[in-house]
Amino acid sequence: MAKVTIITQRCKGCELCVESCPHGVIVMSKSLNDKGVHFAQPAMLEDCTGCALCAMMCPEVIIEVEK
Amino acid sequence: MSRKGLMCGNEAMAEAAITAGCRCYFGYPITPQNEVTAYMSRRMPEVGGQFVQSESEVAAINMVFGAAAIGARAFTSSSSPGISLMQEGISYLAGNELPSVIVNIMRGGPGLGNIGPSQADYFQATRGGGHGDYRTIVLAPASVQELADQMFLAFDLADKYRNPVMVIADGVLGQIVEPVEFSPKETANLPKKDWALTGCSGRAPNKIRSLVLGDNELLEHNRKLQAKYRAMEESEIRYESLETDGADIILVAYGSPSRTCRSLLKKYRQEGYRIGLFRPITLWPFPYKALAEAAHGSRMVLVVEMSAGQLVEDVRLALLNDSIIRLLGKPGGEVIQSHEVQSEIEKIIEEFKIKGR
Amino acid sequence: MTKVFTRPYSLKDVETHYCGGCGHGIVHRLIADAVDELGIRERVVGIAPVGCAVLAYDYFNFDVCEAAHGRAPAVATGMKRARPDLIIFAYQGDGDLAAIGMAEIIHAANRGENISVFFVNNAVYGMTGGQMAPTTMIGQKTETTPRGRLMEQEGSPIRVSELLAQFDGVKFVERCTITKPKNVNRTKAAITHALRMQIEGKGFGFVEILSPCPTYWGLQPRVAMKMIEERMIEVFPLGQLKDIEEKK
Repeated sequence: MAKVTIITQRCKGCELCVESCPHGVIVMSKSLNDKGVHFAQPAMLEDCTGCALCAMMCPEVIIEVEK
Repeated sequence: MSRKGLMCGNEAMAEAAITAGCRCYFGYPITPQNEVTAYMSRRMPEVGGQFVQSESEVAAINMVFGAAAIGARAFTSSSSPGISLMQEGISYLAGNELPSVIVNIMRGGPGLGNIGPSQADYFQATRGGGHGDYRTIVLAPASVQELADQMFLAFDLADKYRNPVMVIADGVLGQIVEPVEFSPKETANLPKKDWALTGCSGRAPNKIRSLVLGDNELLEHNRKLQAKYRAMEESEIRYESLETDGADIILVAYGSPSRTCRSLLKKYRQEGYRIGLFRPITLWPFPYKALAEAAHGSRMVLVVEMSAGQLVEDVRLALLNDSIIRLLGKPGGEVIQSHEVQSEIEKIIEEFKIKGR
Repeated sequence: MTKVFTRPYSLKDVETHYCGGCGHGIVHRLIADAVDELGIRERVVGIAPVGCAVLAYDYFNFDVCEAAHGRAPAVATGMKRARPDLIIFAYQGDGDLAAIGMAEIIHAANRGENISVFFVNNAVYGMTGGQMAPTTMIGQKTETTPRGRLMEQEGSPIRVSELLAQFDGVKFVERCTITKPKNVNRTKAAITHALRMQIEGKGFGFVEILSPCPTYWGLQPRVAMKMIEERMIEVFPLGQLKDIEEKK
């Protein structure tokens, strides 16, 4: 299992990470961050392979991946 | 070691820049200063420097910007229409506080004008020239030797204040051939260029930018610039005051018209007339106070300029008494002849019944 | 556990001013990655354009300067000529490079200056509010082409990579995009290649990156990426247009 960490307060909600994840690990939050946007958050981490495609697509570079 | 020779002003200026340690020249051909680009294309490779014939004056001034940003001594030269194109870049150089030297060998305008010698870019040079509240130090030589000497000074002043410095001369000075001596001088204690973009080895990254968006930040930046300009006004005013003590008539001129005036001075002094010459060497900062002192007690101040009335505005600011100011202004790229100045002087002598011997 | 993806050291850990889904952030990251991997952080100087990326000097963790609108290639020329040991890159948008700065880019390229230029093409002016760019596509609606860009009125989108590739002084040209991880990797390889060629003194390298502007395209970021793949690539075909190293 790999680990995805997102600095959710800096997320602008573009969803490019959600789009790029082949395993649906990242989902958009129901709640809002301080910017007032639904932010990306890792959900089904057990499915994460640590491919880092999400991080690669993040324009804010706020995703860190470990495995 | 000093070197002597006979050179035209344009070449002397170029060689002086090299002697002052400048190894980057960027320029676009324009008459009457083409000798500079030709000279630099030949000379820069000999001294391990860089010459680029740019695609435009806009590019040339931005190449100067680039070289200045990494801490090199860089200069460009042009003539009036080309200098107009450079104004954007000069504003950026001033806003970013980048030391740089720009030479304007002025020709007749407006528009494409002609290639005759002119002083019609006085306002443009002394009032900033581009957008925004800024000033450049403006030096005005009157001989080939002085043009060479002022290049040393220009680079030093640019580095000292982190500011663009302009040297402006009319086409006569660019073309005239005179003896000139290059003696490299020790530069004064100049500040270290620790702001330059030299790669952030062993230090935090530097940035050079003129976009200032924070609350009051641009106001503060402008105040800092203005404080710098006040310091220049305090320390960098240069002028020549020749026989102005107790003079009835004072001629005010810079650049090549000042030479015409100087030769007349001798003639009238021999005839016993008390006539003097005041020559601003820095056009900005302008020697307002010195001129006011020199003109104190004189009957008439005659401003002689190869433009329609630009220098005279600073003379008016200096004297605050229009009734003692006359203008002989000749625009259109035409040289002011000695007899034209003489005839103005004769009129004043007659009108005020000024006595000679 | 080991880190498989972290922020590059050459990219400051700060929030950008870019809109959500803007491509600039990705391109900044790729440049920073390349700079780190090539080990040139302490001798690289970047030049920011006028346009949305003007604040790039706040994001890169190395020396950066701002240039007047369109003049970055001239500024880069001055820098590189004065200090050939520094690695100089210009970062420019489509208005900056292909409109107001067309003369500077063409002549720097034609002189074969040993610099790298990264050209972010999003077919619109972002900073001023979504006006037509030289690369705006036929039919594309912008603030200043409300009925869509018309060939008869505004001409056709300028293909800068093709334009520059013809010059002998240009040694490497590639057009990439960042629509998906595969393309992002390809873009990073091109950026790295251009910088490496500069390090080796091989001359002018140019990378054009098709990038989304969700805000002024009026599209969701995900849809904007699809727009690039479905429409933009047709006008601006991806691929390497020139690489002098390939011949060997």
